Amino acid sequence: MSPSRKILWAPNPSFLEAGKSTIKVLADGRFSVWHRKGVTMSWMGPREDAENAFKVRLSLRTALGDKAYAWDTNEEYLFKAMVAFSMRRVPNREGTEISHVLLCNVTQRVSFWFVVTDPSRNHTLPAVEVQSAIRMNRNRINNAFFLNDQTLEFLRIPATLAPPTDPSVPIWIIIFGVIFCIVIVATMLLILSGIRQHRRKNKGPSEMEDTEDKWENTVKIENGIPCDPLDMKGGHVNDAFVTEDERLTPL
Amino acid sequence: MKVQAVSHLRFYIKVLKEQMMKGSFLVPYIIMLTVEGMPLLYLELAVGQRMRQGSIGAWRTINPYLSGVGVASVVVSFFLSMYYNVINAWAFWYLFHSFQDPLPWSVCPLNGNRTGYDEECEKASSTQYFWYRKTLNISPSIQESGAVQWEPALCLILAWLLVYLCILRGTESTGKVVYFTALLPYCVLIVYLVRGLTLHGATNGLAYMFTPKMEQLANPKAWINAATQIFFSLGLGFGSLIAFASYNEPSNNCQKHAVIVSIINSSTSIFASVVTFSIYGFKATFNYESCLNKVILLLTNSFDLEDGFLTVSNLEEVKSYLASAYPSKYSEVFPQIKNCSLESELETAVQGTGLAFIVYTEAIKNMEVSQLWSVLYFFMLLMLGIGSMLGNTAAILTPLTDSKVISSYLPKEAISGLVCLVSCAIGLVFTMEAGNYWFDIFNDYAATLPLLLIVLVEAAAVCYLYGLRRFESDLKAMTGHALNWYWKAMWGGVSPLLIISLFVFYLSDYIITGTLQYQAWDASQGQLVTKDYPPYALAIIGLLVASSTMCIPLGALGTFIVRRLKRRDTASVA
Repeated sequence: MSPSRKILWAPNPSFLEAGKSTIKVLADGRFSVWHRKGVTMSWMGPREDAENAFKVRLSLRTALGDKAYAWDTNEEYLFKAMVAFSMRRVPNREGTEISHVLLCNVTQRVSFWFVVTDPSRNHTLPAVEVQSAIRMNRNRINNAFFLNDQTLEFLRIPATLAPPTDPSVPIWIIIFGVIFCIVIVATMLLILSGIRQHRRKNKGPSEMEDTEDKWENTVKIENGIPCDPLDMKGGHVNDAFVTEDERLTPL
Repeated sequence: MKVQAVSHLRFYIKVLKEQMMKGSFLVPYIIMLTVEGMPLLYLELAVGQRMRQGSIGAWRTINPYLSGVGVASVVVSFFLSMYYNVINAWAFWYLFHSFQDPLPWSVCPLNGNRTGYDEECEKASSTQYFWYRKTLNISPSIQESGAVQWEPALCLILAWLLVYLCILRGTESTGKVVYFTALLPYCVLIVYLVRGLTLHGATNGLAYMFTPKMEQLANPKAWINAATQIFFSLGLGFGSLIAFASYNEPSNNCQKHAVIVSIINSSTSIFASVVTFSIYGFKATFNYESCLNKVILLLTNSFDLEDGFLTVSNLEEVKSYLASAYPSKYSEVFPQIKNCSLESELETAVQGTGLAFIVYTEAIKNMEVSQLWSVLYFFMLLMLGIGSMLGNTAAILTPLTDSKVISSYLPKEAISGLVCLVSCAIGLVFTMEAGNYWFDIFNDYAATLPLLLIVLVEAAAVCYLYGLRRFESDLKAMTGHALNWYWKAMWGGVSPLLIISLFVFYLSDYIITGTLQYQAWDASQGQLVTKDYPPYALAIIGLLVASSTMCIPLGALGTFIVRRLKRRDTASVA
């Protein structure tokens, strides 16, 4: 959508209701916008100039809530000053004055269009120059109005977003490394202590083997029936035996 | 005593996990719990306590032709352990990333020339982008496998090391760890309950949870989901219950334990649901309000209305005024105006792993001190996951260590290490770019159907093959208590019938829908699209289901053949 059409047809309830704005298209294709109330500037110019204009949108109440200030002509003066300041930092444009910045079509939103003309007031500065100037000084402009990139919008001038801070070593690898080492150390300790216990057991039973054989023999001989009291798998459970176990306090 | 506590605590670990994973509906859940969960739980505990062996030995003792049931349980547990630990790996990943400010899933990364955000992130949300792109680096379809992602692979290896550490010393050490992994989530859950109930919009979620929706109750899918959720949360059919109960004293009153565990189970799930739905309500309300704010901003900018003039209360009247006063302009803007509705936000039910990782991270990033909540949440998820893994690996290891053949060659530590190593190596498949699609296959098909069949065979075997009266007298001799008529009715009739009907529903559902489909992430659109499974994926699904279910008839066949051969030998000798 070219800005020229936007200016002509952008409706604003309060303006259009009272019929306060008049738009004239002249024979040679130039156009003018006149406002009777809240007029800052009306200009006439060739249609191409309209492409060098930018729309600005402020959301004061969203940003500041109760502390929102009213947008009046003084604030507009400050805005013009900031734009002129930005242009002055561009090489070859150090001569930009506040009077070279033109604002128009201020709505209740608050939104308006602005354009920067050259010292002769006949031509407007190319959009590319204005874009780069505003982008470089965006932070200063935002701060002057207590706003940020979202609440002070320049349509068609994208803001440079702040890159996320990337530490040299990602944090997650550090934490991962710590926990990994802890787990490996604990596993090693457990395995080693298990091996040590196993060795101790192997030394022990070799002494006990003789006595164990005797024990087994006595069990077999006793009663003549081979019974294995330790085998509880699938066999009948002797209730008396079970209750004996229960006298001992369970773990 | 310790092991009884182990068996208590181990059960409701799984509940919490599954509770967080799927939204639950109270009425079907509670009914299924009393009719199916409790009786079958009691059955498995009683079998384990009576036979005093792991699942393979226990079923062989009941009837030699049933040795396949135990093997099927072990196979299902093996599949489960293979894919389940990937969830723990993801939980580790998110946990490690929670120590950053701001949280990495709360902001989109910038695009190349730093004028805006990354395109995929803009179309989806930042939490979805973090999950699909940064965590999974998912490919557009299951055919494009991609390479193994080293970051999730590292987390998977860490998860398996942790599991190995816990099961290293056997069931005794596992018992101590399970105390820890079961109680800690409760503490975190209580903290979250307090925080969740004080969140703005939590009441919306709670109202949604407690209003019964009659249409959904009539839908059989809700009942099927409740039943499978009960199975999963109680751990029926995995063999872990039998394994744990086999360490119990024979005189242990397992009926009391079964009832207590089920009640703890259901109350925990209600408790977890309250937390879940209050956070859900917060997220839905937050999204609803930001949707409204976007509409307000759009209208304010298009019509150059005064900033702050449009509020939520007068939005509708202003919209109708604008539509009548500036119809052409309004019709230009109209397609971009979204219809914001709280109901639709609440109903965006995400199933499975998506719920835990996308929905909750979205809710957490909007809370204050989000790093703390994030760390707490993923720590709890990790505890629950490790607890579940311990139960699974116990179900696999108990039969292995019981069998004299294997345990004579290798010590306990080596067997556990080998199982962990093999599962970890296969689990690396799930860390590939298409890994999440394979994960969904395992999640949906490896356990649900085989479990139903196993539990059905178990119930039928105890009642009809072994004999209900014989089992009843065994229990009476063992524990000293008579068997209540309720259990007999359930075991003999109701529960098997219910499982058969579930089976029928599943199969009819599959036959009606025709081919199987899955959700694939489309990076260009920033949302999920439905695609058909390629033939080899269907073959693998069939293999998964068949490999566990075929164990039962194959086991019976094997025993039959062995007996025939023995008879022929004795006949030839005579």
